[in-house]
Amino acid sequence: MTAISTMKPLAEPRTSEAIRIRPATGSDLAELTRIDEEVSGVAKRKYWTHLLASGGGRSRYVLVAEEQNQIQGFIVGEIRAWEFGEPPCGWVFAIEVRPKTRLQGIGTDLFSALCDRFRRAGVTKVRTIMARDNHLVLSFFRSQGMMAGPFIELEMALDRNG
Amino acid sequence: MKLQKASSFALFAVLELAANPTRQLSGVEIAAKYGISVHHLAKVLRDLGRAGIVDGARGVGGGYRLIANPKRLTLLDVIQVFEPVGSDSGASGGLKALTDPESALRVILDELDDHTVATFRSISISTMLKLMAAKPWAHSSRVFRPARTAAGRA
Repeated sequence: MTAISTMKPLAEPRTSEAIRIRPATGSDLAELTRIDEEVSGVAKRKYWTHLLASGGGRSRYVLVAEEQNQIQGFIVGEIRAWEFGEPPCGWVFAIEVRPKTRLQGIGTDLFSALCDRFRRAGVTKVRTIMARDNHLVLSFFRSQGMMAGPFIELEMALDRNG
Repeated sequence: MKLQKASSFALFAVLELAANPTRQLSGVEIAAKYGISVHHLAKVLRDLGRAGIVDGARGVGGGYRLIANPKRLTLLDVIQVFEPVGSDSGASGGLKALTDPESALRVILDELDDHTVATFRSISISTMLKLMAAKPWAHSSRVFRPARTAAGRA
């Protein structure tokens, strides 16, 4: 698990006029699903439909990065209270940028915009969980200043027959 | 965990060169800054040169410069020039069948190794420079102990 306090992020947000960060709307569903499928290789239309429709109240943020009316990436986060016994903090559930438009600071802009919203909502910590072998995204979060948090993630396989 | 002296010296040198991209630095300058052996650092810099990470020029005005991309070069890339990291580093060796306790211990040690590799691989030299500039340890309530490296005045 990786965490960052709301100290100044390590990466400076890019100052591009061309990219606009805005909350996602229902009409962005097809693009979000397409980008996710392009990045992950798995189509999850039901998941994204549910995520955008349910909204998660005011504590969930789905932000998109738009350039010339085309979505280039998105980030999903939510403020959750007392998960794992911890006071309210921001969680990043997903961040994806089209492979063709990477290394232009879009991910940094998205992450920075989400952290700003978390800060305005009064939380002082942002966390995420990453697959150990996802070097690309793990390196991205590290470059933003995220460090290992105080948790250890554990799991076990469940025997179907109990 | 503990890094070998050579790995620590290599990281000091690489970070110093990355922080001064417009200058060539001599081994003497770097060694003086960290209070380490010039002789040992010279050997480390030669190994880094052979690995394609730094380039050295002899003579007056000579010195070393970083030729690897600091945004792509990771801590793991540098450390692995000098010591194995991860599951291979603690291999019990041979083809001897392990006892159950040995196998169970191996699983736990592999778990730790996997975390170590993932951590070193996820941190680039550029990220280290940003971390050094941000000094998060200065804002932390946690008491930071000196890094447990084998580096020191040699």
